Amino acid sequence: MELFRIKRTIPFMRHAVVLNLISLITFALAVFFIATRGFHLSIEFTGGTVMETHYQQSADLGQVRDTLSEIGYSDFQVQNFGTSRDVMIRLPVAEGEDATVQSEKVMAALQADTPNVELRRVEFVGPQVGEELVTNGLLALLCVVIGIMVYLALRFEWKFAIAGVVANFHDVIIILGFFAFFQWEFSLAVLAGVLAVLGYSVNESVVIMDRIRENFRKQRRASTTEVINGAITQTISRTIITHTSTQIMVISMLVFGGPTLHYFALALTIGIWFGIYSSVFVAAAIAMWLGIKREDLVKPVKKDDAEAEVEEG
Amino acid sequence: MNRYPLWKYLIVLAAVIIGLLYTLPNFFGESPAVQIAPAKTAVKVEASMLGRIQQLLDEKNIPTTGAFFEQNGPVGTVRFRFDSTDTQLQAKDVIENALNPDPADPDYTVALNLLPSSPNWLTALGANPMYLGLDLRGGVHFLLQVDMQGALTGRYDTLANDVRVLLREEGVRTGGVERDGMSIVAQFDNEDAANNAASVLRNRLPEMIYSVSENGDRFVLTSRLTESAVMEVQNNALQQNITTLHNRINELGVAEPIIQRQGADRIVVQLPGVQDVAKAKEILGRTATLEIRMVDESQSAQNALAAGRVPFGLERYEDTDGRPLLLRRQVVLTGENLQDAQPGRDQQTQQPSVNLTLDQKGARIFRDVTRDNVGKRMAILLFEKGKGQVVTAPVIRSEIPGGQVQISGSMTAQEASDIALLLRAGALAAPMEIIEERTIGPSLGAENIEMGFKSVLWGFVALALFIIVYYHLFGIFSTLGLSFNILLLLGVLSMLQATLTLPGIAALALTLGMAIDANVLINERIREELRGGMAPQQAIHQGFERAWGTILDSNLTTLIVGLALLAFGSGPVRGFAVVHCIGILTSMFSSVVGVRAITNLWYGRRRKLQSISIGQIWKPKD
Repeated sequence: MELFRIKRTIPFMRHAVVLNLISLITFALAVFFIATRGFHLSIEFTGGTVMETHYQQSADLGQVRDTLSEIGYSDFQVQNFGTSRDVMIRLPVAEGEDATVQSEKVMAALQADTPNVELRRVEFVGPQVGEELVTNGLLALLCVVIGIMVYLALRFEWKFAIAGVVANFHDVIIILGFFAFFQWEFSLAVLAGVLAVLGYSVNESVVIMDRIRENFRKQRRASTTEVINGAITQTISRTIITHTSTQIMVISMLVFGGPTLHYFALALTIGIWFGIYSSVFVAAAIAMWLGIKREDLVKPVKKDDAEAEVEEG
Repeated sequence: MNRYPLWKYLIVLAAVIIGLLYTLPNFFGESPAVQIAPAKTAVKVEASMLGRIQQLLDEKNIPTTGAFFEQNGPVGTVRFRFDSTDTQLQAKDVIENALNPDPADPDYTVALNLLPSSPNWLTALGANPMYLGLDLRGGVHFLLQVDMQGALTGRYDTLANDVRVLLREEGVRTGGVERDGMSIVAQFDNEDAANNAASVLRNRLPEMIYSVSENGDRFVLTSRLTESAVMEVQNNALQQNITTLHNRINELGVAEPIIQRQGADRIVVQLPGVQDVAKAKEILGRTATLEIRMVDESQSAQNALAAGRVPFGLERYEDTDGRPLLLRRQVVLTGENLQDAQPGRDQQTQQPSVNLTLDQKGARIFRDVTRDNVGKRMAILLFEKGKGQVVTAPVIRSEIPGGQVQISGSMTAQEASDIALLLRAGALAAPMEIIEERTIGPSLGAENIEMGFKSVLWGFVALALFIIVYYHLFGIFSTLGLSFNILLLLGVLSMLQATLTLPGIAALALTLGMAIDANVLINERIREELRGGMAPQQAIHQGFERAWGTILDSNLTTLIVGLALLAFGSGPVRGFAVVHCIGILTSMFSSVVGVRAITNLWYGRRRKLQSISIGQIWKPKD
């Protein structure tokens, strides 16, 4: 099977301006939603108590809410988790009442209504721990960005480093935008997913940059745009096959992974698609606009490189 | 061209064998076991226990399938494995009866448990299964915050006392020494006295910084601990708390408890399989601290005691025999100044004793106190849940210099050893509070394993199908490479005894999805070279060679991300990062070296290779 029968170089860069405008708009929208809606942060970040309960039959959420109000809670959330029989209850951090007391109180009340309700998980997190997680998350993000920039700058060129990081940031912000817009739960696992996307997307850019460098070496007379188009065309089959492979695994996680892995897999899915798009259009285009040149990537020809020149001719 | 020297094949073979050996233990599941641990701090479980129990079980004809001894810090544990829960229960009864003749006061905790049932020869090779995280096996998780402020305040209180004693010793007159928040403030009438005091203290207490200032007509000497001394206080407090927790958790009979330091002032405790949160919390939460105080045996105090009154400045306690004692409120020493406590015997009388080793300051205070109080009694108190209990209240026979303290008197060897252990490990250096708590039911854990396993399995099957359809024989090579990667990854994780969590399984799946990238890069490159008209052997060679640089670059950038996650992540993020990082390394090895070895084995020997099976190569018509 051969999916890609590409006869000539596809002029990807011809559409760069339009696509980058679209990118910019998407990015702005993502920032807008993050700013206005914020995130639906999971317990790990906010602190509080989470209880996961399991019912024998479909649970009556309204009744659960009533029960919680009756025992004196006001600021709580009740929602289904995975199936209609699994119910997740969130309670804010209560002054002078620890998680065991809270969960025992809640369970006693729930069992009074439905005797066979089963407690599957309780989680209590102090607000301070949550604050630290946010700081550490941001720190990790910063470290990743700096690490990638330094690596790309050393291994390639600073223009590529900037292009790569901008493309990366674009992906991450857009994933976050999705989470803000749909108010999907943002948990630590999702954070891991988002950061993994950073690595994944930069991976993508690196493959293309590698090829651009190689083509600069081979095609001496070609213009920068031609070289970039050529590089993307040559690697597009690999890009799509690789993404399909990763997506296969991620779909498997979406299907079989249950509620815990659901949003993680979702973050990866968005990341994969925007990862392809951004490394093809955003990273390459920015590198182009930054004026990447042959001289930036191809070191002055040394004497022992004579063989390479023969090959090119 | 596409031939590997023998040693390269051997390396790959060795990697496969090692991967297999260390992955293997994960598939044997768990078998019922009985775990024996000391129930009292004074009781020891040693390796010799193995033989004793074995003999006991042999007598009753109870077959065992393995016996293990493990020393975890000061605490030893013996575990016996059985082939069924029936024999396990029988064995438990037999052992329980033999070890704990008095059920009301057990010396040992004999608990039912689960042990990996990998064969003994694998265990002997050090091949053990991975730990399963709480989300996969159920249990409770606590994050404890150690009150460092409390530890420091305690330290400053002791230091204030030291300063007082030292200045008196040197004859420097002060207008009072007090702890003021996180500093010690001494008042002096004139500047000379203040400077004099500062120079005396600099010599004797070098861990503090001193500064003299003028306040109205008085001179004030302010002393603060240096930063490194503060760090040391905090480190010691944390260490001691961890040791104490180890001892207490043992009471719960948990198979693989995790008690780890996290950051500067936190301790993570994970108790897999434990569902009784209340009991676990009670045991963890016991905040015991140690104090040494003087007993007031003056006539007026005795009279007051007889009259049932407690005079000002004194507190009433009972000694171990239930006799009332009046203790001064002033604390002579706290557990912080205690370095070690060992049971022993008095050299002259051969009576059992407890030998304490105090640190430098403790030694000095102790010398002064004992010199001034020969013939009087001092009490060692253990505070638990805010209630003090007199452990022992011996009479001071003579001045005790040098910080080697011997407590002897009316006690048995057993009691001496009890007290030593209590003193050594019974006390927390600083109070702790639970700031995070998580309980995961065992059925949920089993469900999580199943879901994670299914994700990886079906993802892998679909991926393999796709890649074989697309790349034919080279797809099979890639699939083999991918299996090799899983094997290595699981092997390395087991070797490192990493803890597998649900996000870890997710990382496993994702790593597999991404690992195929290297193969795709190689295969696409080979196709490209073939399309360009290169001979098959040459194309294979070039494909591997040229893809290598790209593979290296893309994997290194991914690795940077993984390492950052590892450095800053906690909990799920960390579980994810560990698998991700190792996965990147194993996937590079398996796709570059492993797949190359398979390809070379298959194609390398044929001199005249007409075509290779890498799927259709479509050539554009000119």
